[in-house]
Amino acid sequence: MSKEKTIAKKSVKTKEERKRRINAAVNQVLISLVVFLFVIPLLFMLVTALKPADQVMVKPFKLVADHLAWENIARAWTSINFPRFLLNSVLVGICCTMLTIMTSTMSAYAFARLKFKGRDILFLAYLGTLMIPQQVLILPLYLILKQIGWYNSYLALIVPPAFTAFGTFLMRQFFVTIPFEVEEAAKIDGCNPFRLYWNIMLPLAKPGIASLAIFSFVDNWKSFLWPLIVTSKENLKTIPLGLYMFKGQYGTDWSALMCATTIAIIPSFIIYLLFQNYLQEGIAMTGMGGK
Amino acid sequence: MKKKHREGLTALCFLAPNLIGFLIFTAIPVVMSFVMSLYDWPVVGERRFVGFDNYKNLFTADPLFGKVMGNTVFYVAAYAVLNILIAMLLAVWLTSKIKNLKFYRAAFFMPQVIPVIATTMLWKWLFLPEYGLINIALNTFGFKEINFLGSTKTAMMSIVIMSVWQGFGYNMVIFIAGLLGVPQSLKEAARIDGCGRIRTYFKVTLPLMSPSIFFAVIMTIISSFQVFDQTFIGTNGGPAYSTTTAVMYIYQNGFNFMKMGYASSIAWVLFAIIMIITVFQWFAQKKWVVYD
Repeated sequence: MSKEKTIAKKSVKTKEERKRRINAAVNQVLISLVVFLFVIPLLFMLVTALKPADQVMVKPFKLVADHLAWENIARAWTSINFPRFLLNSVLVGICCTMLTIMTSTMSAYAFARLKFKGRDILFLAYLGTLMIPQQVLILPLYLILKQIGWYNSYLALIVPPAFTAFGTFLMRQFFVTIPFEVEEAAKIDGCNPFRLYWNIMLPLAKPGIASLAIFSFVDNWKSFLWPLIVTSKENLKTIPLGLYMFKGQYGTDWSALMCATTIAIIPSFIIYLLFQNYLQEGIAMTGMGGK
Repeated sequence: MKKKHREGLTALCFLAPNLIGFLIFTAIPVVMSFVMSLYDWPVVGERRFVGFDNYKNLFTADPLFGKVMGNTVFYVAAYAVLNILIAMLLAVWLTSKIKNLKFYRAAFFMPQVIPVIATTMLWKWLFLPEYGLINIALNTFGFKEINFLGSTKTAMMSIVIMSVWQGFGYNMVIFIAGLLGVPQSLKEAARIDGCGRIRTYFKVTLPLMSPSIFFAVIMTIISSFQVFDQTFIGTNGGPAYSTTTAVMYIYQNGFNFMKMGYASSIAWVLFAIIMIITVFQWFAQKKWVVYD
């Protein structure tokens, strides 16, 4: 009797186990399929980028041409000044990111740890500006930059985007979580606020700074409307503007366009592979990132 | 007293760099933009104070403005709904028992770092009549070809689809964090009480992660009202203004027609709409957002 029971139980268990396994396998296959569908656009971009120009628009459709046209890459790379655009993008991204980190960690420290009159109201004002669409600011900023002679300069690309309230907000949220005791000990040892900020708070806030850095860099990297408005010279163009220019010149040459698009995407992809953890964690932590 | 004074001075030192930038690049432009909206303000030439005439003209003398706002609202509504639903679905899926979870999450999130112009060019190619991949697929399966970006009926929806493809990974990450934050014990308790998987999700998980949903909805709506790159590059607002959005209209008025004052008034209407919707959501959250 008892033996029968255990056998019955066992078979139920294996049945359930098998059902669970099949479900898991189906789940796995389905999600892989969805991911595949999701990346098809990118794969198709690569396929087109390496097709000879005269085989892109043919009927019937051929997925792969008879040879890979590596010369497309050279054509896209040299026909406009891509190396320069890439250099500009990296330069502007790094400078703006450094400026953002410097100014927003300082103000965030003041908001998080120092007592002064009107602190909370000022912080609220900062927060309030997060809701203002950039486009409200863009017209007067354009006039201001023309007035102070920054139009068509690296300064215009680097400085104004560095002062978003977002950085201050993110870093303040981070500093607030650092326990007071750490500072108290340092204070007793005779640390002044500047050394506290530099030697104690900044090192402790490294994960937050990393998130802010990658947000700021990616935002700059993707930025299109801002550089479009404040620059007109070719030697100041960043990758998005360069791609826009390329589109103007090669309107319907799709293999060249897809090749240029691929070139524009590859650095993004590398940045992503290097920093995706910081990005995802940063978003999960603040619920936001960038503008 | 003296110590307090000194701390204030220290704070000022720390605040100064950011505060100066904040004043020059945010506070002053905000005020200036409102002032500009009260002027007839050509880029070159005489400025003239016109009071609220720009606003009056927007609503009474500019039929295009209504169309542009309608387009924008359509975009925001379609984009926000699709984005949130897909992000939620995949977040739930990608917190279940799957191998290589991290890889799948990373794949869906990846387009976040690509400049919008690049993805827009890519989708323009996919959407192309005759030779675009989607129409090739439609043809193969015997469907009629669709001129996605070239027809007034489908252009805006096509822009929405490509934007969702690029954008939902962001909210997906927020939702995954929200889902992982719900204590396992509560879900198990509900299951023991006889709740099925789906009921547990709607009765326990969803309310507990409602703050992050609330936040995602607000941020998605605010940012999608500012859509520009996709329509500017993808369709240039056409065909027949069917994809001209608010920010594009600001850009055209300010930098093509050189009407800076008029463009500023459009920007302020856009700002007002965003504010009203955000404030409304803020008060409506009492009805559905659960804070513990």
